[in-house]
Amino acid sequence: MMQTLENEHLLLAIETHLGDMPTSQVDTFGMLNIEVNRLQIVSIVKFLKESLEFNFLTDLCASHYPEKLGAEFEIVYHLHNFIANKRLRIKVALSENDIFIPTLTGVFVGANWMERETFDFYGIQFQDHPDLRRILNMEDMDYHPLRKHYALEDETRTDKDDKFFGR
Amino acid sequence: MSNFSIKGSGHVLSTETIDGEIATLNLGPTHPATHGIFQNVLTVDGERILKAEPTIGYIHRAFEKLAEHRPYNQITPITDRLNYCSSPINNIGWHMTVEKLVGIEVPKRVDYMRVIVMELARISDHLVCNSVIGVDTGAFTGFIYMFQEREKIYELYEEICGARLTTNIGRIGGFERDFNPIFLAKLKKFLDGFSASFKEFDTLLTRNRIFMDRVIGAGPISAERAIEYSFSGPNLRAAGVDYDVRAMNPYSSYQDFDFIVPIGKDGDTYDRFIVRQEEIRQSIHIIRQALEKMPKGDFHAHVPDFYLPPKEDLSNSMESLIYHFKIVMGETQIPKGEVYHAVEGANGELGYYLVSDGGRTPYRLHFRRPCFIYYQAFPEMAKGSVLSDAILTMSSMNVIAGELDA
Repeated sequence: MMQTLENEHLLLAIETHLGDMPTSQVDTFGMLNIEVNRLQIVSIVKFLKESLEFNFLTDLCASHYPEKLGAEFEIVYHLHNFIANKRLRIKVALSENDIFIPTLTGVFVGANWMERETFDFYGIQFQDHPDLRRILNMEDMDYHPLRKHYALEDETRTDKDDKFFGR
Repeated sequence: MSNFSIKGSGHVLSTETIDGEIATLNLGPTHPATHGIFQNVLTVDGERILKAEPTIGYIHRAFEKLAEHRPYNQITPITDRLNYCSSPINNIGWHMTVEKLVGIEVPKRVDYMRVIVMELARISDHLVCNSVIGVDTGAFTGFIYMFQEREKIYELYEEICGARLTTNIGRIGGFERDFNPIFLAKLKKFLDGFSASFKEFDTLLTRNRIFMDRVIGAGPISAERAIEYSFSGPNLRAAGVDYDVRAMNPYSSYQDFDFIVPIGKDGDTYDRFIVRQEEIRQSIHIIRQALEKMPKGDFHAHVPDFYLPPKEDLSNSMESLIYHFKIVMGETQIPKGEVYHAVEGANGELGYYLVSDGGRTPYRLHFRRPCFIYYQAFPEMAKGSVLSDAILTMSSMNVIAGELDA
């Protein structure tokens, strides 16, 4: 028999641990979304892993919102509790001028390559990461290709009109 | 001189090195034994691996960037090229992600059709992986036998969608056409013949003393470490964790089917092999149930915003022409929102994290690729083993370069 874990109980436990409510909590498509700040992230994930059986780091990625000043980057963590079959999404907003966030590799070994990928594509600096190098792109690249202002194609091309196709 | 034997493998190796010389060995990027384009810089002491350092990204194609510039229906062909051994699972996973975001309910028949196609894909993927484990241990015969069966599965894809490897199968909302009688006849023939030839393959390897000596104890990982590394799919189950997305978070009506989630104990190459063998049998079992219980009804949902109208309607229906134009030009309205949807890919939890800002293309799309996540455990699993076991570890983990690099 599977035990269940309701959003209210989960939020209450998180609130007790953090000392205050996470800045935002919404339930989208059956998954609870919370936002915390970067100083809280390692402690909250560790707490969730050790006390609430969120044993599995499903995914770690980032996204870029250039128009949100002071919170241009968002690091997204997906956690999964196998016992209660509960998924949770945690987000941390980062400013473009200060893109440092503590690494999660101390809590989940598997975060290693996911953080390297995030660094590779967004330039997020994971502090104390054991091996923060590019992973899919070449070492000598001087840009982070998934940032929004990096064009998909060479902007000097004139032979192709993307007015009707593409974003 | 003292000797020791590696657990169960029968190899007896000297603990003394010949002259204590450490060598660096470049395995890959193109090496027949790696079955894909990725490099491993191995530090070896004789045959024994002291350190492995994987370098990946040789076929990185910037799918996540591409996806930010393509309308939703044009992203399906990108997903083909993730795990190209089981493209239909990737395609259908993507369709279901969009359906979840938009709120499309597909008819029950579509669910069952999808289950059949996805299980066929799982069989073909597992067949490739397991027969390649055979090749890497020196048993080529099984590979040839099983590729004949895989060929039949590709012919089945051809009947559904016209393509074989990069299938682009189905549409958002269902399938482009119903299963035709030729497909059903071919599928029946495949199911009838498969068990016999699969049994031959099974008896060739599963209880074969030489094969068992070779693979038992090669590249083990404990359940705790596997979870730490975010393993999923057969590799996690071989370590003894019964996590299967199909059973835990059923999608596409998987709750209607009766199947077993096989698990292993030691997480070594043999367990991974056995888990995949059993999953193939379970997939056949699921396909038979789906065929038996196949509901009547439509093969697509009625969502004109997403699902192309029949071609012949374009010349006599204005609405059809408008919808056709809007879909083809990628002008469909998509709601804002963010959604994570996971399916059980052949290699594990294949997740799509999609953020939509209401624009014509995704604002952000991230693929949770099981290969990419579990391949980082390879150095730990290969450390201390002999080179030939490391090759087996790699092939039994089923690392697919397309999924690894995205």
